[in-house]
Amino acid sequence: MLALLDINNAYVSMERVFRPSLNGLPVVVLSNNDGCAVARSDEAKALGVKMGQPFFQFRHLEEDAGLVALSANFGLYGDMSDRFMSLAAGLGPEQEVYSIDETFISLAGVRGDLVSRSRTVRARVLQWLGLPCSVGIGPTKTLAKFANHVAKSAERKPGSYSAEYAQVCHLGRLSPAALDALLIATPVGDIWGVGPRIGEQLRASGITNASQLAKLDANTIRLNWSVVLERTVRELQGTPCISFEDEPVPRQQIASTRSFGSPVTDLAPLIQAVTEFATRASEKLRRQQSHAGRVMVFVRTSPFRKRDAQYSGQMVVPLRRPCSDTNSIVAAALTGLRAVYKPGFNLMKAGVMLVDLQPEEVKQLELGLEDDEPLRDRARLMQALDVVNDRFGKGTLRVGSGKPRRAAPEKWETKLERRTPAYTTEWQALPVARC
Amino acid sequence: MFASISSNSPLSWVPATPLHVQDLGVVVQAGFPSPAEDIGAKRVDLTAQLVKHPQATFLIRARGDSMRDAGIFDGDVLVVDKAVPAKNGHVVIAVVDGEFVCKTLQLRAGRIKLKAANPSYPDIVPRDGQVVEVWGVVTASIKTMPV
Repeated sequence: MLALLDINNAYVSMERVFRPSLNGLPVVVLSNNDGCAVARSDEAKALGVKMGQPFFQFRHLEEDAGLVALSANFGLYGDMSDRFMSLAAGLGPEQEVYSIDETFISLAGVRGDLVSRSRTVRARVLQWLGLPCSVGIGPTKTLAKFANHVAKSAERKPGSYSAEYAQVCHLGRLSPAALDALLIATPVGDIWGVGPRIGEQLRASGITNASQLAKLDANTIRLNWSVVLERTVRELQGTPCISFEDEPVPRQQIASTRSFGSPVTDLAPLIQAVTEFATRASEKLRRQQSHAGRVMVFVRTSPFRKRDAQYSGQMVVPLRRPCSDTNSIVAAALTGLRAVYKPGFNLMKAGVMLVDLQPEEVKQLELGLEDDEPLRDRARLMQALDVVNDRFGKGTLRVGSGKPRRAAPEKWETKLERRTPAYTTEWQALPVARC
Repeated sequence: MFASISSNSPLSWVPATPLHVQDLGVVVQAGFPSPAEDIGAKRVDLTAQLVKHPQATFLIRARGDSMRDAGIFDGDVLVVDKAVPAKNGHVVIAVVDGEFVCKTLQLRAGRIKLKAANPSYPDIVPRDGQVVEVWGVVTASIKTMPV
């Protein structure tokens, strides 16, 4: 058996811990540069705000309905997530951190009543952190995820599922008929792994609920649809097909991209921005102990600015040899930037993506035919750089084309007008209590 | 009389004429061994003393002097543990009208009162319908001195 623990409306709930005045109000958290909604309180959902909806479409609700829109405060969310993961780990012997607010716990060998055990952990997360969470238990990841959906909906959408499943839902306890009743009550699109397009196709062929999907023949699914959907069906039938990853899987590509706070037309600020993105991406690359083979850089205008002339340019620049060296990666990114840059456009977004990743211990030997500088291993230099920046703050040591550390904010930088303070990660930003 | 020392037979008597041994093959540390070694003492860890439940502990800055007589002054940093169940007499962080307030908790006959520790401040008694919630228990106050 597996459990999936998931924080309800995670970012909004984390904000409310430190700003209790937000309780009961419609609250949304916006993505970088306040672009679109990435978390919504139940009250904001009731006002019709959709996940991923652009802010300008529902901005009027601030005045009309008292909506509070906040900029994402990822420093705070990261710390609260760490605390949550550590408490959730108490439920079973193995843990997979699936995302910032979701974790799978393997319950293999856990004795006793899993439901009451889950309720204890849930209550602890609520008291210790002030965060509400839901627990779903099932024999596969897809079923645990489904159980979590049931637990969450039963608590917050009366009428969706019976209230006995609220907060904690353990499928292993149900009779086959009771499980099927839950699946029948679930639209096929609510199942993990069924995206909007597949959901549409399934409905078109008469499969509208999860029970119908679970009863299909897996082999037929593979032939007529895809291996991915076959896996989902088998998991719904109770056969584990998605493995439990207790070690984070190294990512296949690493990106650092951002929408600008306001339009940028000149090359100089772009060089600064792309240097910053390439630096961040290199740091992430070193953290997962990989080397990159190629660097992709792009710039583009915003399709939302309809009166602007539109442009989008990108280029992939191979590295001389795979590495995680900030200097080489920044140099490659800037070579690409100079090639794709065109003056006269209101550029709104740029980014750097590292591809062809490989573990750093893979080394390709080469013939010394070229006359350039001898192959120098700069891994220790990069290590020193990371240690210094970790200790004294981001950007203490940086490449010269980056933004000076204490310089005034540039146009390309993220707008953070609506961000709450870093309550738990900065000494100067602690919450205040009136005495 | 000389002792021959090898790695597996520590000492044995060698009944022979004097013999000059140049290398015993063992290293002897000069100086006295540290008498503290066996004690295994660890330097006091301030964080471990002040933080009993690391996941549940948050720092909050005190503003105002209504808790003066409890030793909490304006600007102090309070260690707040959300895992500790609040009891009568605890100094707590409570939420009053959506704001954090630091007071002494008084629980009598199921009624809650937030008492100031300074005679010039009134106690907070919830009005009808007003919800006062205890957010966490203050377990320490950190006051830094100007240096």
